Amino acid sequence: MKTSFSRREFLKGSLAASGLTIIATLTPEGVKLAKASEAKGEASTLKPTAYYEITPQGTVKVVVPSSEMGQGIHTTLAMIVADELEADWGKIQVIQAPAADPFKNVLLDSQLTVASAATRGWYVPLRKAGAAGRAMLIEAAAQEWKVPASECTAEKGAVRHAKSGRSLNYGELAPKAARLQVPQDPQLKKESEFKYIGKLMPRVDGPEKVNGKAIFGYDVDLPDIHYAILARPPAYGAKPDSFDEKAAIAVDGVVKVVPTPRGIAVCAKNFPAALKGRKALNVKWSAGSHPDMDSASIEKALVSGLEQPGANAITRGDPKKALAQAAKVLEATYYVPCVAHATMEPMNFTAHVQQDRCDIWGPTQGQTVAQMVAGQVAGLSPDKVQVHTTLLGCGLGRRAAPDFVVDAVIASKALGKPVKVVWTREEDIQHDLFRSAVAHKIKAGLDDQGRLIAWDHKVSCFSILKHMGRPIENGIDMYVLWGLHDAPQSPAKSRIAYGIPNFSVELVLSDLPVPVTPWRSVQNAPNAFATECFMDELAHLAGKDPLAFRLESLKDNPRARRVLETVAKSSDWGKPLPQGRGRGIAQHMCFGSYVAQVADVSVKDGKVTVNRVDVAVDCGPVVNPDALEAQIQGAVVLALSTTLKEEVKFAKGGVASANFGDYSVIRMSEVPEIRVHIVNSTDEMGGIGEPGVPPLAPAVTNAVFAATGKRLRRIPLAL
Amino acid sequence: MIFINVNGKDYQVDVPSDTPLLWVIRDRLKLMGTKYGCGIGECGTCTIHIDGKAQRSCTVEVGKVQGTKITTIEGLSENHPVKRAWIEEQVVQCGYCQPGVIMEVASLMAENPKADAEAIIRSMDDVICRCGTYPRIKKGIAKAVDIARKEVRK
Repeated sequence: MKTSFSRREFLKGSLAASGLTIIATLTPEGVKLAKASEAKGEASTLKPTAYYEITPQGTVKVVVPSSEMGQGIHTTLAMIVADELEADWGKIQVIQAPAADPFKNVLLDSQLTVASAATRGWYVPLRKAGAAGRAMLIEAAAQEWKVPASECTAEKGAVRHAKSGRSLNYGELAPKAARLQVPQDPQLKKESEFKYIGKLMPRVDGPEKVNGKAIFGYDVDLPDIHYAILARPPAYGAKPDSFDEKAAIAVDGVVKVVPTPRGIAVCAKNFPAALKGRKALNVKWSAGSHPDMDSASIEKALVSGLEQPGANAITRGDPKKALAQAAKVLEATYYVPCVAHATMEPMNFTAHVQQDRCDIWGPTQGQTVAQMVAGQVAGLSPDKVQVHTTLLGCGLGRRAAPDFVVDAVIASKALGKPVKVVWTREEDIQHDLFRSAVAHKIKAGLDDQGRLIAWDHKVSCFSILKHMGRPIENGIDMYVLWGLHDAPQSPAKSRIAYGIPNFSVELVLSDLPVPVTPWRSVQNAPNAFATECFMDELAHLAGKDPLAFRLESLKDNPRARRVLETVAKSSDWGKPLPQGRGRGIAQHMCFGSYVAQVADVSVKDGKVTVNRVDVAVDCGPVVNPDALEAQIQGAVVLALSTTLKEEVKFAKGGVASANFGDYSVIRMSEVPEIRVHIVNSTDEMGGIGEPGVPPLAPAVTNAVFAATGKRLRRIPLAL
Repeated sequence: MIFINVNGKDYQVDVPSDTPLLWVIRDRLKLMGTKYGCGIGECGTCTIHIDGKAQRSCTVEVGKVQGTKITTIEGLSENHPVKRAWIEEQVVQCGYCQPGVIMEVASLMAENPKADAEAIIRSMDDVICRCGTYPRIKKGIAKAVDIARKEVRK
């Protein structure tokens, strides 16, 4: 059972228990390791924060800074600490961290679980923290026995002295170790010494999730908790013309009606009363800013955006000249509509604003931002806001945004009580911040040997930065270009893998009011759909095998080559298939990891059935192989859902799709066999939560071409 | 006043009889393992057993289940073959949908103890998991059927 706690409460408890607590203190030189006692009296300035605590009973409480949304990060980060610490896995307890500066992911400079960055960001800091504790425990035992530390070894939660056969467990040693200096640069283990890292480990949250004991945001329960459900505008820019507050208050259980920037919150003593109250409120809305906007007009606007001049994101070589001189030239347009996150746990958040403090509970991917916005709304400084992160009923990027946090704080402030704002499924889909719809136009040229020499790419979509309220400089929003181009030092590490000598990308951002935000892999997936389908078309034009054609342009990219070659081998690439069946291949690099996939599909009577998907992954060193396999399986399933089924429908200036009845998602019988092949790699560590998504849609679409000879340039696929 | 029996315990609750059973279970009985997912019976996250049969608690009115035996995920033995199989096969990711999925599988197995895993899997298209755990749900079902058969033989 995981609990969250305030920093002060934790430290108080730790000091009283006199165990060993390794903390991080933020100094002007960066994060330093320390022990809890050193933080005494410095708490307000140095913001000490615990990475783990060993109690006198021997329990190792690992404090995990990242949000658990299914990716297994509670397990993975605990594995890292436990391994370096030489802890007994059976004594590990995971605690969700509060919001605090030392819990910011170094790759993101924020306490934020996005960009497949948790493991790669925390790997080294947590190894160091674990190793420091191990060294202190060994030293404590050596002093106790009056023997050299070099004669002592730590193993499975105890220190042993082989010569004398003596042994002390970590619980016994912790109070003594807590009096020693914390080494800043402890000796890390060799890879061959790992006990947990790289091994198949059971999830720490498995039993509580299987038994219905896991606490998600929707399950937060507090004394006198109230529920708020918002009446929200049915169209973008719509304002309430009228509403019947009296009728809402008259509903048994409804206590107050509170306007927020996103709608009108009906606060009640329970969920059904809030729902009835919202109905009774009977809001009449104005028509909104774009009453004629619908799915067709959005698609038309984005596709026609391709004819407008765009902002140049990158030009390498001289694509225009190279295209003019090319032996063969091909141009194609692709379109991917908006898709919704539709996490199984709908959006929700709980807040309790009091005079001098604000507590917020719920499923957030972004503690730093949640703490900041809650403080702003409550009229308190961020350090007066305690963030209690629950488990997340899936995240997919949606829960990094703070919109659902803000409404809870507004409602609690108005009511003077703890309030849980709960979204219905209809709100969750209709007021989602979507994966941006995108239109692509690509023009590419081949030389007389059929080699790819020029690539001129225009992207037309909505802006993620705009909906985050951040400035767009020179017309470029790098978020929406990931997978094609990326800033040099970006932690997203999402660039086109091919070495194309003449290459350019231009961007046209639409002004339509469709709100967008990152969605598992951000725009890598819809961008890879265009690039990898187009690579297939170019291979066909060149008269070459799609695998061989790709490898030609990956001479300087051994990691991309290796995953392609691995997946080709495992999928029997090139072996004949019966009529109506085909294989398609695709690769993509993002978040520092390389993934290639081969889809084997059958097409019959216009219906696409995916029989099997082979996946090869190179993410560098693997910390948690079971979680890796699960993440790839899940990514393939989700991506297949967008390839075959998902599309948000717009009408009358708002969202027409409302629930799983009209927002179709993939079901179990449509899920193919998925074979995951992990490439042994000692290269730089990449992320794993998202990179499995992008290659799937083009691999399936290319397989449909192989099976039918039909080029489809839009998903969800319609034959 | 409404009288219901949940996980072998009798409760009396003062709620309108048209209240969805889901909210009574969650907010009155504080059994939070049963989840809200869609409110229209499409996703399966709120699945419970009423007299042993899987039902969507979001679309069942509490007034209509008086006199029945209701079982939630908390009432299914921790030793149940499906729960054990879910741990053995490491099925869960975020875990939000899994109580409903587990209750669905447990009910299908109980209704037809001779059904093989494939038959159960074919009946599972009315549950949704956005993490995409379906490949492991399939393995979990196969394992649960296997565990249950071995128990019968004992």
